[in-house]
This record gives sequence, C-alpha cells and structure tokens, in this order.
Amino acid sequence: MTETIAYETSGQGNGVAGMHDDGPRLSGSALTLSYDKRVVAEGLDVAIPDKSFTVIIGPNACGKSTLLRALARTLRPAAGTVLLDGRDITSLPARQVARTLGLLPQTSVAPDGITVAELVGRGRYPHQRLLRQWSADDERVVRESMEATGVADLAGRLVDELSGGQRQRVWIAMALAQETPLLLLDEPTTYLDIAHQIEVLDLCARLHEEAGRTLVAVLHDLNHAARYATHLIAMRDGRVVAAGAPGEVMTADLVEEVFRLPCRVIDDPETGTPLVVPAARRRTETATR
Amino acid sequence: MVVTESSQISGPARVPRKRAENGRRAAALLGSAIALAVVVVLSLGLGARQLSPAEVWHGLVDADSAAYTVVHQMRLPRTLLGLLAGVALGVAGGVMQALTRNPLADPGLLGINAGASAAVATAAGLFGVATFQGYVWFALAGAAAVSVLVYAVGGGRAATPARLALAGAAINAALYSYVNATMLLDSASLETMRFWTVGSLASAQGATTAMLAPFVAAGLLLALALARPLNALALGDDSARSLGAHPARVRAGAIVAVTLLCGAATAACGPIVFVGLMVPHLVRALTGPDQRWMLPCCALLAPVLLLGADVLGRLVARPGELQAGIVTAVLGGPLFLYFVRRKVRA
Amino acid sequence: MSGVRPMPVRRIAGGVTLRFRAVAVGAGCLLLALIFCVLAVGGGDYPMSPSDVVRTILGGGSPAEDFIVHELRLPRVVTALLVGAALALAGAVFQSLVRNPLGSPDLLGFTQGSAAGALLVVVTGGGSAALAGGAVLGGVVTGVVIYALAWRGGLHGHRLVLVGIGATAILTGVNGYLLTRGRLMEAARAMLWLTGSLDGRGWEDVLPLLAAMAVLAPVVLLGCARPLAITEMGDDLARGLGVRVQGLRLVLLAAAVLLTSLAAAAAGPVSFVALTAPHLARRMTGAPGPNLLATTCTGAALLTGADLVAQRLFAGHQLPVGVVTGVLGGGYLVWLLAAQRKAGRI
Repeated sequence: MTETIAYETSGQGNGVAGMHDDGPRLSGSALTLSYDKRVVAEGLDVAIPDKSFTVIIGPNACGKSTLLRALARTLRPAAGTVLLDGRDITSLPARQVARTLGLLPQTSVAPDGITVAELVGRGRYPHQRLLRQWSADDERVVRESMEATGVADLAGRLVDELSGGQRQRVWIAMALAQETPLLLLDEPTTYLDIAHQIEVLDLCARLHEEAGRTLVAVLHDLNHAARYATHLIAMRDGRVVAAGAPGEVMTADLVEEVFRLPCRVIDDPETGTPLVVPAARRRTETATR
Repeated sequence: MVVTESSQISGPARVPRKRAENGRRAAALLGSAIALAVVVVLSLGLGARQLSPAEVWHGLVDADSAAYTVVHQMRLPRTLLGLLAGVALGVAGGVMQALTRNPLADPGLLGINAGASAAVATAAGLFGVATFQGYVWFALAGAAAVSVLVYAVGGGRAATPARLALAGAAINAALYSYVNATMLLDSASLETMRFWTVGSLASAQGATTAMLAPFVAAGLLLALALARPLNALALGDDSARSLGAHPARVRAGAIVAVTLLCGAATAACGPIVFVGLMVPHLVRALTGPDQRWMLPCCALLAPVLLLGADVLGRLVARPGELQAGIVTAVLGGPLFLYFVRRKVRA
Repeated sequence: MSGVRPMPVRRIAGGVTLRFRAVAVGAGCLLLALIFCVLAVGGGDYPMSPSDVVRTILGGGSPAEDFIVHELRLPRVVTALLVGAALALAGAVFQSLVRNPLGSPDLLGFTQGSAAGALLVVVTGGGSAALAGGAVLGGVVTGVVIYALAWRGGLHGHRLVLVGIGATAILTGVNGYLLTRGRLMEAARAMLWLTGSLDGRGWEDVLPLLAAMAVLAPVVLLGCARPLAITEMGDDLARGLGVRVQGLRLVLLAAAVLLTSLAAAAAGPVSFVALTAPHLARRMTGAPGPNLLATTCTGAALLTGADLVAQRLFAGHQLPVGVVTGVLGGGYLVWLLAAQRKAGRI
C-alpha cells in the first residue's frame, strides 16, 4: 500500500507524473458550503490524492454529498475555493471541467424510453460539438465503457426494464464514457442488495486499478469503505475529522467520535483491512455505566 | 364530544400538556366564531348604503324600520349565501387536503369547481336552464365526475403536490375551454355566464339559499363524521388499515362530501378558488393537523374569508362592486405564491 | 453472446436509426401540414382544386385566383402553420424544463397573461393591432414575473409549475373580471379571441411571428436541443457533463415565452396544441428526450388540420379553431391522465 500520505501534503507520495507537482489535482481549501442560508460546512479543507480510490464516510447530514457536489462544481461554495489542476474550478469553462472530472449524482433520472446504449452515449456530451455530433471515437468509447461495466449485452434494452444493480452499472458506464481522469460517485451502492453492492464496488476498484483513474465515492457502509478505499475521509458536522489510509483512520475511537457508536475494530479475515463490529447492547450499557 | 374523545386517549402523564393544547384549540375555535359574527354584521351593514349595527338589528327584527327592505331583500340572502358557500368551500378544501395528503389540494385548483361550471354551462347553453334549482343537479353531477377523476389521479402514490396541482390545472384548462366554447356559440348564455363564472354572491335570493342549505348540511355532517378516519388515513393506507379504518370506504365518503359541498356552492355562486386552499392552511397553523379540530374550525373561518372578500369587493369599487371570486383570487393568489416560495424547496 | 453484442451497439450508440426516424416523422408531419394547407386554401365560397391552388401559389394563376389565394386565404393557413409550430416548440421546451408531461404554457400562466393583456385592450376599445401588442406585452410581463417569483438561487422545475399555477388562478380571476366590464359586443369579441380563431388573418398578423420563428427556432432547435436532453437527467448530472443549466433555462424560457405570446397575438391562446404536440411526436418517433424538431412539425400539422376541420365540419358555419383543439385536446388529456397515472408519472 503506497497510500501512507499525511493529509495536508497528500498527492505527491506515490510519484504521479501529473501536470502539477505542487499538489493533488483536486482539492478544496477553506470551503464554506451552504444551501440558501443554511450553512452545511465552514472552513473545510480537503485534498483528493491523485490516483487514489478515496471514500468519504460520515453520519447522515454531515455534508458528504454537499462536499462532493462542491468538488464537482455543481455547488458553488459560499466561500473558499475548489482547485482543479491548480485553478479555481468555478473560473474554468464548464466543458473543460466536464472533460476532466465526472460526477454520478444520487438523483439522476433516466428519460422515458431511453436505451442503455443511448444513455451511456449521453456521457459523450462534453466531447461533442454542434457540427461534430457523433464520431467513430464516441462509438468506440461507448462500447468500451459498456464492456468495462459488463452491460454491453444490454445495449439495446430499455433502462426502465433493468434491475437495480444493472441500472447502477449503466449509470457508471455513462460516467465512464465521459472519459475523465477523475470520477466522483455519490452513494453508488444505495438501494442495492449486498451482492450488487459488492459487484459495483469491485467494478469501481477495477476502474481505479486498471485505468489509473482517481475515484471519489461517498459510501455508508464502513466495512466496504475500509475494504475498497485507498484513502479515507471521515466527516462529522461539516468538518473533516480524519483522513488517511483506512488502516490508520478506521479505529474504534474514530468510529465512536464520528458516529457516536461504540464498537470494536478487528481485522477483516478476508483482506486484512479494518472491520468495524458494533458493540453489543449489553456491553454498551455496562460501558456507559 | 370532540374534547372528551381526545382527552380519553392521552395518558395521565400527558394530561397537562394535552389540556393546554386543547385550550389553545378551543380558543382558536372561539376566536373564529367571534370573527364570523363580526363579518356577518359587517356584511349586513356595509354596502351602497351604510347601516350601523343597531340599524342592522332593527332592520332584521322590525318590519317597520327603514332598513328592513335593504336587510331582508338584499343583504340577508347574500350574507346567508356567503355563509353557506364559505362553509362548503372551506370544509371541502380541508377534506381534499386530507384525502390526497397534499397541502396544495383545493377544489378550485383541482378543477372540481370547473367541473360543476362545465355542467352548468351545458345546462344553460343546451337546455336553457337559468335558475339555481335547475343548475344544482347538473353542478353536482359535474363536480362528482371531476372529483372521481382528480382522486384517480391524485390517489396515486407518486403524486407530489406539484404533479397533482398540474393535473388539476390541466383539467381546469380543458373544462374552461369547453365553457368558453359554449359561451361563444350562444350569446344569451354568454351574457349570464360571464358574470356567473367569476364567482359572486350578488345574485343571492332567499330561494337559492334555502335550496343550498340541505346540500351543505349533508356534506358538512358527512365530513365531520369522517374526521377521525381521515386522521388515520393521513398515516398512509397500510397504517390506517392496521388502525381499523377502511381506506376505500373513507375515500368514497370523502368524495361524496366534497362533491355535495363543491357542487352546491358552485351552482349557487360560481367557481371560487383559493378559499378551500387558504383556510385549511391557516387553520392547521392554529389547531394542528387533527381533522376533528380542523374541520369545524375551517367551517367557521372560511365564511369569514368569503364574506370578507364580498364586503371588500362592495367597498373598493363603489358604486359598482368587485365580485367575491375576483377578490379571493387576487388576495389568495399572492398568498399561494408566498406559500410556494417559502415551503417548497428545490 | 459475443455474436449478438455488436449489433445493438451499432444500432443504438450511433443513434442513426432513431435520429433518422425523428427526421422522417418531422418530414412526414410537415408534408401533412402542407397538404392540409393546400386543401384549406382550396375550400371556401370559391372552391379550387388542389392542383389549381399549387399552380396559383407558384405564380401561374389568374388575377382573381391570385387575389383569393394570396390575399385572402394564404395568410390564414400560414398563420395556422406558424402558430402550430411555435406553440408546439414552446410546449416541448416547457415540458422538458419542468420535467412534467403536463407542463405546457397554457397551464403555467403564460397564455393567461397574454389573454389578460389582450382583454385589457378589448375592454378599453383598442383595435386589432393594439390587441396583438397587448397580448405580447401581457405574455412577456407575465413571463418575467413568474420567472422572478420562481427564482430562488436557481430556477427549478416544480417551483416554476406551482408559481405558474398560482399565476393562472389569479389571472383567470382578473380575466373574468375584465370580461364583465365590457359591453356584450366587446365581451363576445373578447370571447372569440380567448378561444383562438384564425378568421380574417392578413399578412400583417403573420409577420411578427414569422420573424420570431426565423430567429428563435434555429437557436432552440440547433443550439439548445442537446443540452436540454442532458438536463432532463437531473441538474447535477447535467452540470457534471458541462451544461450551464441555469443559463440554458433562461434562454429557453425567454424563447418559449416569446413564441407563446407571439402565437397568442396572431391567433389567440389556442389551447392544447402546446400540450399534445410533444406527446404525439414522442409516440411517433419513439425517441426519449424533447424531440424538438419532430414536435414543431407535428404542431404545424395539428393546427392546420384542426383549422381544416373547423372550416369544414359544419357546412356554412365556421367554428373557431380553438373549439376544435379544445375538444380534441380535452379528450386527449383525459386519456393522458389515465395513461400517465398508470405509469406513475403524474
């Protein structure tokens, strides 16, 4: 595991031959994030190590998804800046950002009667122009994206007809077709059963390892986060409580601090990564006494 | 009756809080009743010729007084009509909102009044019917048809406030384009209908009121009887069933009540929007979501609004008058927009 | 398995087949609209065969035929063609913007705004040019107000819907009031205009709409169609793909409001074309997304067809075209509500 990076100076450790030697490609500093007048986070600093699979964890309403939206330029910070390749992301043209960074939000709507291949094809939008609408290149990328996510067989099917797991893979294929080195996923495993969750996460891990993409995902399941992430960011009440390699971050103290949940952390017998086991009720009661 | 029932439910530990809450609700009910009394006096007293409360009293009871004719011939029928129509629209709005679990449900916005209008336009255009006694059966039929349609659309699980309101707007548009067409093809019905479709209490006669009363009374009693099951229905069909209510029967009953109330009120004074929307909102803020308190309170406050609009219309446009339906639209619309801006988030 | 794979990929990902079908539907509808136009020009007190009509339009007619076709009948069918196309395009844009199959400008207050402007002119006794100006001004002012009220850190579909419905309800009250203000003659004229009619349209009625279509249609069809299709999948996703969502909405809303109010100025607020044309186009093309081009052509065919029916249905008695679209549209709406409900989309 190369990800032994201290939080503040992350991004240089694993020797990325990136365009910028002075920091990670995507970071945010002194971010204040708010909806209307409701402030979700204040003075938030965060850095996404290059080529990492970063997972953001935290209790409900801690600002995980909001942070993700700000990193993806879909939410303009009330204060502070998100830097993409060293420049303020809000100052960059929308299309240029869309070719560098893809976002898969939780609330996406598949238009009625759209087929899998068409939906994946919509991911090519930032690469198209008015006069150059569909090229052989687009064709190839769409096919590759569908093959990478294992939905090529479904190409002609209607998205409405698919199962939850298939549909999620199709959405990921759409994000892949965007061909961005950075990919942000907001709770990609929500509403999926355990088998489909693992399927989607395995896919993410493969995309991360094989293509050298930087992945950022918001996940709810701590054990999934610990198993798949190369870099963990734990949030509570709009603050980053801890960040770093899962083995260092995922401790019983941290889980208790972040989730107010007494627990034990043991080694995952399958992978050796941290495994969070919530404390039994009786033990909790005696512990609090 | 209502009071004892709710205090029986609460356990001993919660009695003081519950009592305070019931006290607040009772105060709301009392306040509404006082407001209603004030507006009734104003409605009897104000108009082309102003009468003091004392003159109104004499006009009511003393056949020889100067105000007797004005009060008995004009103001009293109009006030009674406003009272009945207000009760009908307010309670219908409350029931609709409970039934569809949708805070934007209003018999006017959802097209039920328009259904009654379309049926009345048909009656006026094709059969030459021109009296309330003739209208009312058509209006009931029209209201019933649209109630069922709206319920069919709005009862679905996916119906969000915006979607339901839009479906209602579509029904409204279709029905009004039909009403317009009938008016266009026959200038005689245009002459009467163009005043009627605005919604006004001006055409009130004693006979209309007497005819309207039984419909409103029946609808009101049915609605009050449904208050408790509607409370259960507010938790969702499955919960309601497990609490011992029969969702299908409650719905059918509620649709009958709404039809009776809206159909009769529309036949008597034309389609009036927003009363059924605004009053339940106001009342919910006063009494909380318990239908057993809400519906009686709606029945008291809605006529305050309608009569108030009517009086205002008589005052601002003297010597002519602004129809009550226009006043409620112009006052209620901005309130609706305010509500939308405040409550509905992205 | 691998033998099957390439085929659907090529078919769909290229999008060629679907796009071809959309173009074919558009061309078919345009052809149909032109046939309706030729038939409409040929009908009337001086009947002409279709071949005579085409010959005269191409410049080979007698002076009498020339006059009848070019001065009397052609302006009318061109108005129908353009109004249909403009309303349909605006309807498709609105439905896509608010992500609701019922979100057409007739239901969201824009058409009512045009009507209020026009009625104000009618009641104050203005001529037909002033009436058109009033309609445009009313529509644009309403559009700006609705936009301002619905704006809250961005424009969101369902708040636009609710604000629009509120505006519709207020304006309906205002329009009803304006109708009661005029004399019966004026009310009848206003009612005819409100229904939507193409009688006696001359070239001067067509030109403003023609100019607007010439500028706005390319902007919307070429510049905005693709980002609009992307935006249907959700704001965040669209932003992630590099669409400037709010800027797009502003441009599209402005274009749609202009088209709607200019169409209303030319023919009155013809109902239901904006609602039905996008649905019909979607069914025919089978393609997801806004289908703007096919919708525009469908709208043109719909209104020219409806005008033909309105002229021919009763021998010797012309109906206003709005009556035909209203009746057809109302029926379609009921079917749509039922179908959409089944699909859980209302």
